[in-house]
This record gives sequence, C-alpha cells and structure tokens, in this order.
Amino acid sequence: MDNNFSSADLEFQQEVRAFFKSAYTPELQAKVESGEDHKGVAIEWQNKLNDQGWFAVDWPVEVGGTGWTPVQKFIFETERCDAGAPDVVPFGVKMVAPVIYTFGNDEQKKRFLPRILTSEDWWCQGYSEPGAGSDLAALQTKAIKDGDDYLVTGAKIWTTYAQSADWIFCLVRTGTFEKRQQGISFLLIDMKSEGIQVNPIHSIDNHHSLNEVVFDNVRVPQENLIGVENQGWTYAKALLAHERTSIAGVADSRRWLREITELAKEQTNYRGKLIDDPLFQTRLSDIEIELMALEYMELRVLAKLSSGDTPGAESSLLKIKGTEIQQSLQELRMQAIGAYSGSLHLNDFESDLHRRGSNSRRAYMYGRAATIYGGSNEVQRNVIAKAVLGL
Amino acid sequence: MNFEYSEEQNALKESIVRWAQDNYSFEQRRVGADSDNGFSQDHYNTFAELGWLSVPFSEEYGGYGGSVVDIAAVMEEFGKALVVEPVFPNLILFGGLLERSTNETIKADLIPQIIDGSLMGAVAMYEPQARFDVSNIATTANEAGDAYVISGHKSVVLGGAHAKKLIVVARTSGAQTDEDGLSLFLVDADASGVEVNAYPLMDGQRVADIHFNNATGQLISDLGNASLAISQVLEIAHVALAAEAVGLMSVLNQTTVEYTKTRKQFGVTISSFQALQHRMVDTFMSYEQAKSLLVGTLVELTDDRTTPERASKMVNALRTLVAKNGKHIGDEAIQLHGGMGLTDEMNIGHYHKRMMMINLIFGNGDFFQHQFNQVAYAS
Repeated sequence: MDNNFSSADLEFQQEVRAFFKSAYTPELQAKVESGEDHKGVAIEWQNKLNDQGWFAVDWPVEVGGTGWTPVQKFIFETERCDAGAPDVVPFGVKMVAPVIYTFGNDEQKKRFLPRILTSEDWWCQGYSEPGAGSDLAALQTKAIKDGDDYLVTGAKIWTTYAQSADWIFCLVRTGTFEKRQQGISFLLIDMKSEGIQVNPIHSIDNHHSLNEVVFDNVRVPQENLIGVENQGWTYAKALLAHERTSIAGVADSRRWLREITELAKEQTNYRGKLIDDPLFQTRLSDIEIELMALEYMELRVLAKLSSGDTPGAESSLLKIKGTEIQQSLQELRMQAIGAYSGSLHLNDFESDLHRRGSNSRRAYMYGRAATIYGGSNEVQRNVIAKAVLGL
Repeated sequence: MNFEYSEEQNALKESIVRWAQDNYSFEQRRVGADSDNGFSQDHYNTFAELGWLSVPFSEEYGGYGGSVVDIAAVMEEFGKALVVEPVFPNLILFGGLLERSTNETIKADLIPQIIDGSLMGAVAMYEPQARFDVSNIATTANEAGDAYVISGHKSVVLGGAHAKKLIVVARTSGAQTDEDGLSLFLVDADASGVEVNAYPLMDGQRVADIHFNNATGQLISDLGNASLAISQVLEIAHVALAAEAVGLMSVLNQTTVEYTKTRKQFGVTISSFQALQHRMVDTFMSYEQAKSLLVGTLVELTDDRTTPERASKMVNALRTLVAKNGKHIGDEAIQLHGGMGLTDEMNIGHYHKRMMMINLIFGNGDFFQHQFNQVAYAS
C-alpha cells in the first residue's frame, strides 16, 4: 500500500501548478468573484486553458483532447481547486462532446468539436422534462420525421444557461416500443431555430440560471441526429457514467473547508474566537473527518481506474457522499459568517465579509440542487441497492 | 498508488479465512467463549503454529517483522471471524510495550514465549479516575533496593484475568496528570501485593481490575520516560482495533443483506422494500467510509513524510469514524433483523457487542473527536 505518484506524475503536477499560478491572474480572479458577465469571463478562462491544450481534459488526443490518464486528470483537478480557479462550463466540453466523438459521424465531429474547443458554441442540456425528472425515460418530447427533417414538439426543463446557449442537445422520442428506453434518440438542435421559446425560472438563490425550453414544431435537419435513431438512451447512459467520475468534488470541498477554518480564526462569537468554540470545532470536524474518508474513497476508485477497471456503482457512492459534504460545508460557511449570510447584495459591498456572506447564501441555496441533479441521491441509492447489494 | 493489501498480506489473510471456515464456526467459537477462560487455548496454540502471533515482532526475536499494515490485515480478518482469543492484549499491548522496553535480557526471554503462545501477558495502564487520559496515573512506584514497589488501582485490564506477567504503568515522578514521570514495570501476576479481580465483558473477553499494594516490580523502561513508548503502542492499538471493527462491519452488513433476502413479510422478501434498501445502502456507505479511512491511515502511517501531527489526525479521525459508523451499522443490523436481532442465537448481536466494546476501549467517539479538534484547530 502506498499513495505515491510516479515521478512522471509528480513532474506533471509541478507543471500544472506552475500553469495555474501564471494563468489564473489576480485580474481574472477579481472578474470571476464579481459574478458579472458570467459567460464572457468563462470564455476568457476557457480560451486560456485551450491555448495551453488543457481545456478538453477528457477527450482523446485524436480529436483535440489531452489523452491524460485518470491520475493526470485527478492531479489537474486537484491543482485547479487549490489554485481557486473555476471549473469549465461542462455542457459542451464535458457533456455533449464525448457523445459526439464517441457516437457521432465524421461530419458531426468536424462541425461541432472545434467550435466547442474554442468556446464559440455554447451548449445546454435538454434531458429533463416537466413530467420526466428522476424517471428520465418517461420523456415525451416528440421528433416526427418530415422530409429531410424532424419536427420537434415538447418541453425541456431545468435547462441551465439556455438563455445564452447556441445549441441544445436533446433526448427526444422517435418511436414507441414496449421498453420505453428504446424509442429515444439523441438530437442536436440550433437554439436559433424557429419555434423555440426560452422561459426563465428564477431560483431560490435569487438568480437566473435555470430555464424551461419549449419546442413548437421546431424543424431540425436529420443530419443532426447522433448515431442511430432510437438508440439515444444508450448514448446518454454512457455519458452519465462519464459525468459522475469527478462528482465527489473532494478538492473543491477541501478548499471550502480551509476557507471556513481560516474564517473561524478571524471571527468571534459569544464565547470568544469561533475556532476555539468546542461546538463549532465539532461541527467542523464532523465534516472534515467525512471528507478525509471521501478523499481515500476517491483515491481507491482512481487506483482501480488506473489499473484498467471501469467505474461502476462507486460513482454513485462518491456522488452521494460528495454532495452531502458540499451541502454541509455550504451551511457551515453561512454559520461562520453570521447574519451577513442573509445579504441579497450582489455588488457595492461595504466589506469583504458582506461579499462573502452574499456568496455563501447563493452557494447554499443553489447548492440544494447537487443532491437532485445528475440522478438524485435517492436514485443513486437505488442504483447501489441493485448493483452492489443485489437487492 | 496502490491501496490493496500485498500478495503476502493477502496470503496471510487467506490463511485466517481458511482456518476460520474449518475450525471457527459460530458454534465452535462458542465452546471457547463460554469456557472459564473465555477462549480456547487450543485455538490460540494453532495461531502460534500458523505464525500469526509472530506478525508484530521484529525478526531479531523470531518475529515476522510486520508493519502496521500487516497487523491491520490480520486484525481485519480476526474481526470478520469474531476471534475471542486474546491476541490484542497479548501481542499489541503487552508485546508492543515489551518490544519498546530498554531491558534486552527480558525482551530476548519473553518475546519468543509470546510468539510460541506459551506466555499470556497484560498491560495495566488505565485507572478509574483517568477515563481515557493515559497521563493521568496515580499508581506510584518507589525504589526499594534493586527493585521497585508499586501501589495503585488499574481498571479494565484487558487480558488481566489470565495474564501471567503484567506491565504496569506507574508514576515515578511528577504530578498526577504530567506526561513525564511515567515508567514501565514488569510484575508477576501472582506476586504478593497483587490482587486480581477478574470479570467478563459483554464481548466475552475476561478482564480484571488489579490492585497493587506494595507489589514488587522490575523497571523495564528509562526512568520517568515511558510516555513515548506508550503513545507509539497506542497508535498501533487504535489502528488494530479500527481494522478489527472494519472486519466486524463487513460481516454485519453482509449478514443483514442476506437475511432480508430470505425473510418474508406481507408475502414478499423484505429486501424488496425501498425503505429498507436505502437503509442498507447507508450502512454500506458507512462501511466504505471506514474502510477507506483505514486504508488511508495505513498508507500515511507507513509513509516517512507523514508528520506526527498528521498521523495523530488520521488515527483520531479513524477512531471517531469507526465509533460513529460502527454503532450505525450494528444498530441497523439488529433493527433489520427484527425480533431475531435480539436473540443470543444470532451472531449479529455478538458482533455488535464486540463493536461496542471496541468503541469503549481507550477512548470513545467523543474523546477521539476532541483529540482530533485539538490537533486540527488549536490556535
């Protein structure tokens, strides 16, 4: 037993660390923290990563990716979090691109992948529907063949950043079979198409990132179909496994934990310094100890991946524990900041603590989504019950 | 990066699994557990023959020269088999302190006797007023000629009921709670001035409260300077108990899942109820957490770069988590077995009692979390 990286991996770690130090400049950090012009700032950062060749972390080399090993990806993610740099917006590079390069044809790869790499195309995800949440296979949005096109009618919901997206990748129903999963296809739709309406959903974090996207006889060329008609469910499932491997968020949580610990050294309460309060210490260590366990859970999965195993139900376990810890940290951060955590201010803060208070409120409120999206934690429990416990 | 036991360690584990399958069914185990001694000397002799008792000792004394990882590998399997024979008090505690003794003659004499199974020893350390504080020692030792005379009261001495030799932690200088001023003494359990009041614990082991009244002992450490040896032995002891607990957890979970697949109510197996499935997923996650943190602790304790603070953080985190998750898993195992979970004939109650005992020995969850807080957040 050992948790040593190889010397090549250690060199890589130094290289990545140096990159983040020089690329994630204080100016860029200030822009990110201001929360303004989210899309513009994200594109600026993603282009910096792409110039370095490190934007498409998961992609194979032949389509413009890094071709990194699981350990290299882990190191990159850890260093990114330690540097405090933001994650990329996943919908293009991490979610639709793997489906395109795995199941799409050459024409589609040439057309879409380069524009994802340069962040010229902004993507959103059309999976959930008003009547199909955790039970995704219940989706009803229909695509009916009409000449060389499909006519798409229906509604998608919880569509993050649909308001600023150029494209949406959708699961649509193209056939009726006994098994509901069989009649589903994977379709790419231009958001400028006639008949698409984006309705904003204002969320409890007093922010607008979620939307409902309504399709009314939207004409979509059949060349935008990925792979084979009625096989879309298989493609989406392959993608979901992809999505969950890095979902534990250990490095991010560790950064939050450090921030809370530092904050507690500065703040005082009715007993003195917050960090000296045994009740606060215990709330902090409740989380820190779970995080230490999660860290080694993730490393054990990583070691298995490195020796060629494919991730199975472990990713469900990492998702459940990872998101529970994130939510506990979000709550404790509000507690550590105090009543400023109720602030709705978004700018012109009187002090840094006001800014952090408002941020912590938003993080907590939007953070409730983590145990719901990507397969709710209850659905993940069903997965483990079936796949691991054989229940 | 590698978080699996080595081939050699797996072979060691495998030999315990095979032995337990052939010789240590729940009924066979009970024969020893229900005897006067509380364990089977025959089984214990087999452990010696198979070389398991040599694992923690250095090769110089005929040992296997095992690391804390080897010890954990053995203890995890002993946990799964619910071994009641006093390996922990004899090897990890008594043997551990003995190996750190400064008296070479005594080491060369006694360690081989532990390895061949002929010597039972115990460590008389904790006192009633000290709870989990190993520095809180009121027992005194005073020089008398070329020996020392020891007086004091030691509580819940593991292995104390059948030990022939005792290592006593006594104060030779300083105030009652000073870390310095502690020394180790070797005392014959049948010496005059030694009163052994034995009793069984709920996990079947036979322990004792031991009263020393001017008992004669031989100094086996540097005078007043035993706390480093004690903390080293305790670090390994905590990991060994955690590894045993992880073994217990895996059996509790497995047994419970299997039981719900056979037990029928409302015309179906109760494993088909989502309310129960999710509870079993939660206990599975509790196990995975504990196993992962155990592995992490083993990896860091055997890494030269690990600072003493980090090691302390890992060990205290591990024991905190084992206390919480062990109770979670044990309680759920009983609840999901329903009325059967309360019966003495089912093994899960016995596994749970051992788990509870582990979480009362040398500290409980609150204590370890307090220790963790001290290391992690002291300003």
